[in-house]
Amino acid sequence: MSETRTIAAQTLRAGAEALAAPLPALLAGAEHLANTVMFGEHGRRRAGLGDTFWQYRPALPSDDVRSIDWRRSGRADSAFVQDKEWQIAQSVILWVDQSAAMGFASAPALPSKSARARTLGLATAILLLRGGERVGLTGLRLPPRRGAAHLEHLAELLSQDEAADYGSPEAQGMLPHSRALFISDYLGDIAPVEAALTRAADRGVRGALLQILDPQEEAFPFDGRTIFESMAGSLRHETLMARDLRDRYLDRLAARKDHLASLARMTGWQFHCHHTDASPTAALQWTFRALERHI
Amino acid sequence: MWTLGPLGFAAPALLLALAALPLLWLILRAVPPAPIRRRFPGVALLLGLTDDSVQSDRTPWWLLLLRMLAVAAVIIGLAGPVLNPQAARDGTGPLLILLDGTWSDARDWPARQDRVASLLAEAGRAGRSAALVTLTDLPPDGPQFVAADALATRIPALAPQAWEPDPDALTTWAAALGGDFDSFWLSDGLARDSREALLAALERHGRVTVFQTPRQTYALRPARFDGGEVRVSAMRTPAGAPAEVQVAAIGPDPAGVERQLATATLTFAAGAAEAEAAFDLPAELRNRIARFELPGLRSAAAVTLADDGLRRREVALVMGAGTREGLALLSPLHYLREALAPTADLIDGTISDIVLANPDVIILADVATLAAGEAEAVAQWVENGGLLLRFAGPRLAASDIGRMAEDPLLPVRLRAGGRDVGGAMSWGEPKTLAPFAETSPFFGLPVPADVTIAAQVMAQPDPTLAARVIAQLDDGTPLVTRKALGEGQVVLFHTTANAEWTTLPLSGLFVAMLERLAVSTRPATPTADDLSGTIWLAEDLLDAYGTLSETDTMAGVTGERLGEVLAAGRPGADLPPGLYAGPDSRIAVNVIGAETALAPAAWPARIAVEGLAAAREMRLKGWLLGAALSLLLIDIIASLALSGRLRGPRADVATLVLLGLLALPQGVQAQEAQETRDTAEADALAIQATSTVVLAHVLTGNAQVDEVALAGLYGLSTVLYQRSSIEPGNPVGVDLERDDISLFPFLYWPVTADQPIPSRAAYAKLNRFLRGGGMILFDTRDADTAGFGAATPEGRKLQALALGLDIPPLAPMPPDHILTRAFYLLQDVPGRHAGREIWVEASAPDAEQAEGMPFRQLNDGVTPVVIGGNDWAAAWAMDARGVRLVPVGRGAAGDRQRELAFRFGVNLIMHVLTGNYKSDQVHVPALLERLGQ
Repeated sequence: MSETRTIAAQTLRAGAEALAAPLPALLAGAEHLANTVMFGEHGRRRAGLGDTFWQYRPALPSDDVRSIDWRRSGRADSAFVQDKEWQIAQSVILWVDQSAAMGFASAPALPSKSARARTLGLATAILLLRGGERVGLTGLRLPPRRGAAHLEHLAELLSQDEAADYGSPEAQGMLPHSRALFISDYLGDIAPVEAALTRAADRGVRGALLQILDPQEEAFPFDGRTIFESMAGSLRHETLMARDLRDRYLDRLAARKDHLASLARMTGWQFHCHHTDASPTAALQWTFRALERHI
Repeated sequence: MWTLGPLGFAAPALLLALAALPLLWLILRAVPPAPIRRRFPGVALLLGLTDDSVQSDRTPWWLLLLRMLAVAAVIIGLAGPVLNPQAARDGTGPLLILLDGTWSDARDWPARQDRVASLLAEAGRAGRSAALVTLTDLPPDGPQFVAADALATRIPALAPQAWEPDPDALTTWAAALGGDFDSFWLSDGLARDSREALLAALERHGRVTVFQTPRQTYALRPARFDGGEVRVSAMRTPAGAPAEVQVAAIGPDPAGVERQLATATLTFAAGAAEAEAAFDLPAELRNRIARFELPGLRSAAAVTLADDGLRRREVALVMGAGTREGLALLSPLHYLREALAPTADLIDGTISDIVLANPDVIILADVATLAAGEAEAVAQWVENGGLLLRFAGPRLAASDIGRMAEDPLLPVRLRAGGRDVGGAMSWGEPKTLAPFAETSPFFGLPVPADVTIAAQVMAQPDPTLAARVIAQLDDGTPLVTRKALGEGQVVLFHTTANAEWTTLPLSGLFVAMLERLAVSTRPATPTADDLSGTIWLAEDLLDAYGTLSETDTMAGVTGERLGEVLAAGRPGADLPPGLYAGPDSRIAVNVIGAETALAPAAWPARIAVEGLAAAREMRLKGWLLGAALSLLLIDIIASLALSGRLRGPRADVATLVLLGLLALPQGVQAQEAQETRDTAEADALAIQATSTVVLAHVLTGNAQVDEVALAGLYGLSTVLYQRSSIEPGNPVGVDLERDDISLFPFLYWPVTADQPIPSRAAYAKLNRFLRGGGMILFDTRDADTAGFGAATPEGRKLQALALGLDIPPLAPMPPDHILTRAFYLLQDVPGRHAGREIWVEASAPDAEQAEGMPFRQLNDGVTPVVIGGNDWAAAWAMDARGVRLVPVGRGAAGDRQRELAFRFGVNLIMHVLTGNYKSDQVHVPALLERLGQ
């Protein structure tokens, strides 16, 4: 009996460790990436509600006597009031596509799309958490919170893979007037994305769409008789002359990007396309700016 | 076998399968290439796209053609095609295959081997036994008939010989043949007396077939000297259209490298069998000719070796002063001139001029004393290998040279006066010569009875006398004596060179004796008599292909046998053609003698003569199957290209394999590039070493020691630059085996226990370096604990290293050595260790301290080596920023020690570059005094 329990505990622990193994790497990568962004302008830079000291100012008649800072006033003739910096915490909702399609990497030297997406997502989260914002995931999986423990929780959830071929964002659980960041390759059905964006726009949620593509998906360097299959195998397409398809495929891809861009424009979001062979830092800078613009 | 033109097929039925090819065409055509499966997320965007054309579902026609060809090649290949199938030769019973195996065969020996192979293969198919015989190398106990297949393995071992078959041996051998057999005779195409008898003997046993191809044969006769020119003639057979043939004279150039010294053209007129060319060469060049050959002909007859017969020695004739005008026959030199003029170049002049001309021989006829300077010069010349030949005469007899002590230029001491026998005022008959002793160079020369000696100078009895006598009179008094002096020798004829005292100069023996002494050279082919009593050793042997190779394994041959062969012009197995060295001269035995005649072999009409060239049977099966395989390989590449696997993702493996195949030959280019780089590096080093003064150290192979040595020399160079007018460049490490060390004035050689001993070539370089004024500082780096014994591994290594070096006697450096005051005044020479003494070249034992001078006049040159163990490089070591790399001593004392080490270094380099300049400063007061006046 006790033996069975021991074995079950060992199995559980081994599974948990295997599951947790990518986490430190993901966290470390994201931390590393986040460290490349310097905080410069994110503070509100004006007096308001908050915890940190902002400035002393002479007390006005309208000020409450309780608010007079007597320690400061004792060194002068007039009374001073301590202003705090205005701090409001914003909620940011993340959606990182974890579907099978994101697991694609065309060369061993390149990271898969999902690895890049996770790193970027988590790095954004770290930056936002450092800036004092609350970060959560879509679909009620993880409501926006703050703190280091929350980050680990976030990383754990981001490390899970989905079996579906293409992912779609959920618009549930978005707080009104919060911010959102959707990271995906947007190669699957576009309707759920449209729906989610529209719904978000309805609730006053602004944010950024980040499309992550593999260089091969941009180049389509195929030739000859080929059967293309989606990553999970649900879709397949056979062609006799893959080279002939290239132009039409590229047209469709450009159309998809245009569609996403116009969708973003209509809903007041930002759209950016990032390739896995490019530096992730640039993408992180863009993401951070795009989110900050409305905070 | 079914034949189709020159093609035959072993299994023609298989060819029916070719009919199936069109069917295969249809089948292959319908099958499109297999698709590739690719995982691709972008497939969602592809859905609904259709292909523009459906062309790709059919295999393209050229790929089909390729495959068809491959299949056809397989089918035809398996049908066993044979090119030029041979009709079988009829005949049964044993088969004897004869090869002449002479030098004339050498030119197309591989073709003969092929022919023998095909004959044997044929005999093997017919189940005949066979025997294989080379006439120049007869099997001692008759032909052994064995299975033809077993003989095939012996074919590669057959080799032609540089001589012709021995007729006597051939007759004996032919007579011993027994049984019935057919004969195939591969003839070399030259007429020979022995052929007829052998042919008759063979015909008694069975049918004879001769294989012979008519062709032009050239042969060179021995060169001869005629009227100041070397004449070379060649003959040919058959004589036909006019032809021009080059003949080259080959010999060592001044550097000892063999090369063509001159060429001439032999012009054969139409129908002429002989042609002659003349080489008019300066004596210096002519004496170097080792052989003549017809370039491009692989045959021993196309080479004729030159021996001493072509060499013209330079002989200087000097006689005593006071010539008696008009009495030519009484001149001491008259008979010598007559004897030598045909075979040697004569020089006249004063002794001092003659020695400068460096002749081979100097003959002093009745010269008693030489001037002091002349005697030394002549002695020096003899020691360097000259032959001094002296004749006695009245003057020598009258002088008292060599009376009390042995004169260096006389082989023996002489008694006063000499003796007269058989003259008007004396008793007894004139003496005759005793037969020459075996140890004498004249051994074997016949002594004519009419040679008499009437007067001579007498040798003083002496313990060494007996060994020095090489000819004596019949009463035992020495007539010719000889002694070695250095590398040369001094020979004295105890009688005159004219007919005053003796009739010897009138006889042929005189010329023969001069020749044996290598004073003159042989004018014509020597006879057995000339050579009797001598032993000749083969030095270089000629093989049938005309290649000369050194040998030292042949037993010596007697002069009689050599004379016979030279007379008959027929070398054999016991005396192959080549160069034979005897006492003081060399004789060439050539394949073709002066009298040898060549003619094409003629066969009786009843003998079937076949050509040598056989259309070779060639099995094409392997070629066709190989072609099919390569076609299929091409098909693989083409298919990959068609289906898109050569480009795009996952193409890298295929591309790598293809590139790997293409990249194979790059090794050779890399090697060439490496050689070019080596030369470029050597040039760069030479330029670096010669543009400024560069200090160098020997690379020991120990990285740390080499690094410290380089840093040390860098430090020393820096200090020299700062303190003196020596401005050295960056130091370098030299590899003794590879680099040219003659470019450096100074080598620092740290001795490690495990460094390799330099090669012989490197030692030659080092010795040249030392003799040329270079200096090596050996540093055992062991603080001299060994005292230069073998107590430390470095000390032992130093002893081993110095063994091959040309080093003068060494002594500990005396306190007044130039090294202690070449720049700084020093008492000690510390390095990292403050060892006591260093060793330098010992000063001359007679060095005296000059009056009023603090030091002696010491050795005049630069000491070639300085040996110590103080690890100077470590004390000098400095990096590019001037930081000292190795600690020396402690505190201020350590700094002082390092400073002294630097001063020693400065003194050392100063000494290397300025020599004994500082020693000469002794004379400065005297010089100043003189200048003042």
